[in-house]
Amino acid sequence: MAKSALLKSSIAKKYWMALTGLFLCLFLAGHLAGNLQLLLPNASEKFNAYALFMTTNPAVKILSYLTYISIIFHAVDGILLTFQNRAARPVRYVKTNPAANSGFASRNMAVLGTVILIFIVTHMVNFWARMHFDKNIPLMKTTISVKGQEPREFYVGTGDGQYYMVDQVALEGEAKDTTANMMMMPKQLKIVNRTEVYNAGANVKVGNVYKDLHKITVDFFRDPKVGLLATLGYVIAMLALAFHLWHGFQSAFQSLGINNKFTPTIKFVGRAFAIIVPLLFAIIPLYIHFTK
Amino acid sequence: MASKSININLKVWRQKNAKANGAMETYKLDDVSTDSSFLEMLDQLNEQLVTEKKEPVAFDHDCREGICGMCSLFINGRAHGPETGITTCQLHMRSFKDGDTIYIEPWRSKAFPVVKDLVVDRSAFDRIQQAGGFVSVNTSGNTIDANSIPVPKQDADKAFEAAACIGCGACVATCKNGSAMLFVGAKVSQYALLPQGQVEATDRVLNMVRQMDEEGFGNCTNTGACEIECPKGISLENIARMNREFLKASSK
Ligand code: HEM
Ligand code: SF4
Ligand code: FES
Repeated sequence: MAKSALLKSSIAKKYWMALTGLFLCLFLAGHLAGNLQLLLPNASEKFNAYALFMTTNPAVKILSYLTYISIIFHAVDGILLTFQNRAARPVRYVKTNPAANSGFASRNMAVLGTVILIFIVTHMVNFWARMHFDKNIPLMKTTISVKGQEPREFYVGTGDGQYYMVDQVALEGEAKDTTANMMMMPKQLKIVNRTEVYNAGANVKVGNVYKDLHKITVDFFRDPKVGLLATLGYVIAMLALAFHLWHGFQSAFQSLGINNKFTPTIKFVGRAFAIIVPLLFAIIPLYIHFTK
Repeated sequence: MASKSININLKVWRQKNAKANGAMETYKLDDVSTDSSFLEMLDQLNEQLVTEKKEPVAFDHDCREGICGMCSLFINGRAHGPETGITTCQLHMRSFKDGDTIYIEPWRSKAFPVVKDLVVDRSAFDRIQQAGGFVSVNTSGNTIDANSIPVPKQDADKAFEAAACIGCGACVATCKNGSAMLFVGAKVSQYALLPQGQVEATDRVLNMVRQMDEEGFGNCTNTGACEIECPKGISLENIARMNREFLKASSK
């Protein structure tokens, strides 16, 4: 009885909604910290290094799988609950006055969540999928002038705790000895699959060339055709997120049975979170789109 | 305040029986004293209907003192009408204006089927109560006086507040999810807060919540509408307490 109750019961469903919802709030905070690097000077290198870290670090991998599971569970459970709740009132009222006793956000969690879900899917197609699967993803380049030589473009990479500058030509095959070019560049590198840097002699992977997610992001929001639409869509999704969190953050604590002398503080923190986080997220595409 | 007479339009849900299809009917009712209660206004409507040889409107009521929980009615989109902290029998016609159109509907919930017109069957609440809303006491002559067990004043107050629930069902009626969690939360809390309730605490919350789910009530999404419409001011704290009790019981 006790075991099945923890999965099937109405209250158990609420517990899962609350736990996954709060975990997603943590995810939001982490994701935001990463994205804010897009506003820093030298954004390209910092952001691409961060993106590489996020796709390769094992601890981050565990967290990201937890995030995927949470989103799926939260969305499926949320939609299930919403259908059950509609079924609990088969004949609807002719006259209602919901604003008299409840807030807009609290009554529209499913709609707001669906907007967020659509956003998450398009967002993952536009950025996550390209980072993971796009074989022709642009790589991060930098131009270096060496005394007495023509300025040359290099691909930037990292690994083994050092930065690499990989000669453009090297992508086609064996790397040349580029130690002359001021960076700590081990001799005899080999590039595999466009982005993986190998020590050619020992045949061990020593690093990665940065995929230029920064360029993809900037191009996306500055696209002459769809850039404005993408920016607006992003802002609308963040508005939905703000409303979702406005109710959701404090609601999760109530679901978990926490309603005590800390509740006013929780409500305050939740509302601050609901305004600040989506606002900061939304500023990034706005900044990118409107500054060129 | 001087009493006035107002003329009103009523839109009332009429339904012959549990199986029949119902519909909203429109009635005009003149010379309603603003001093009369909402239920007296319905009595007046029924007299008019009887004079016209029509079937009077069936509605639930008993004490008409705001203590039994028998009266109901979803009035102009709100459980127990436009005022807060009162039942429909305590609502007066001074809350309405001359010429107003008043919508009157039964509680709408899968678990509260309409019996006739505005009368719904709330026995789902009784079954939840029977599933665990009690303490087992030995009554074979050596019953211990309840007052001989010390209870902290704070707990006693909270238990008393929870026990004020009259089982009217306004929380379910007003909830957009048709959730009964305020009612069940109050009934669980009332015992969870007292030493007498501890013995059966685990089974109580599991059984009552299971019964609640089986009856077809929805799931709370913490909109807080119930707390505002509850005539007895039962607070959301009781739902949080039930959720804690449920977790405690489930992990045993
Ligand atoms: C990053 C994204 C999201 C975050 C941070 C988030 C956060 C939350 C939180 C904290 C709650 C309150 C839980 C509770 O009341 O116990 C909640 C409720 C809810 N969420 Fe989300 N959510 C997100 C995405 C979604 C998505 C994609 C859906 C998909 C449909 C969704 C649907 C819902 C629904 C329907 C509720 C109300 C459930 C209830 O109260 O029973 N959410 N969300
Ligand atoms: S909790 Fe309030 S609204 Fe719900 S049944 Fe009890 S008294 Fe009525
Ligand atoms: S008739 Fe008893 S509470 Fe209204």
